[in-house]
Amino acid sequence: MEIHTQKKTNATVVTITGRLDAVTAPEYEKALNGLIGGGEISFVIDFDGLDYISSAGLRGLLVTAKQLKGKGGQVRFANVKGTVKEVFDISGFGSIFQMDDTVDASLAKLV
Amino acid sequence: MTPLTLLWLNWSDMTITSGKIQCAAKIDKLNEVIEFVEDSADRFGLETKKKFGLLVAVEEAFVNICSYAYPAGEGQVEVCCGGEGDSFVLEIADSGDPFDVLSLPDPDTTLDIMDREIGGLGVYFIRRLTDEVSYRRENGQNILRMALKRTVETIL
Repeated sequence: MEIHTQKKTNATVVTITGRLDAVTAPEYEKALNGLIGGGEISFVIDFDGLDYISSAGLRGLLVTAKQLKGKGGQVRFANVKGTVKEVFDISGFGSIFQMDDTVDASLAKLV
Repeated sequence: MTPLTLLWLNWSDMTITSGKIQCAAKIDKLNEVIEFVEDSADRFGLETKKKFGLLVAVEEAFVNICSYAYPAGEGQVEVCCGGEGDSFVLEIADSGDPFDVLSLPDPDTTLDIMDREIGGLGVYFIRRLTDEVSYRRENGQNILRMALKRTVETIL
């Protein structure tokens, strides 16, 4: 998995590629914790290059989302599709996160 | 890196050549296990969508063993794959205390994000992403058996 971040006017866009699984989820949590610790509270997570996600990956997403919610922050997910989307859907996670078709759409919906 | 044991064998109840992998029950072995299973599923001809579900289910079972099977120390995991008629069959085994992961309840997937338990989804994914799953205790091992039909079934 690779993680890239890009600061935009109203949010930080975090692009994750590859696999979000039991091995890589801690890296994701660590990266997001670092950004949240640095004062960022608005995020768009771009899933366009993500091939695979497991329950450990979902857990990582949930942990950071809960942290953000506690700080009055916000997160939106962009480009969740294909088999990754199916894992979201069967877990019920598809309905508890804010999802958009593109990063631009996510950015436009953030306050 | 410790080399993995990889050997080929013919299970009497399986109709095509089967494979087996054995490794330490450690999370950092996940990629090697997943690669082995994906390779076996490709040789069998498991449809991409079914294979993806299989890989998630295997990760859940493997991670569960790494996390809970050997509280006192280190142990091994064995994964066997093979074809049985039109189904791809995988068995994952550990030598920990008797424990049936299928005895765990499913999580409530309708709860709000703040009320969700962290985790608890693993066994739910195993149930949802396989066509058949069963547990047995045999020769001092916990064995979880998963079977997936080669293709997604359609009505017509």
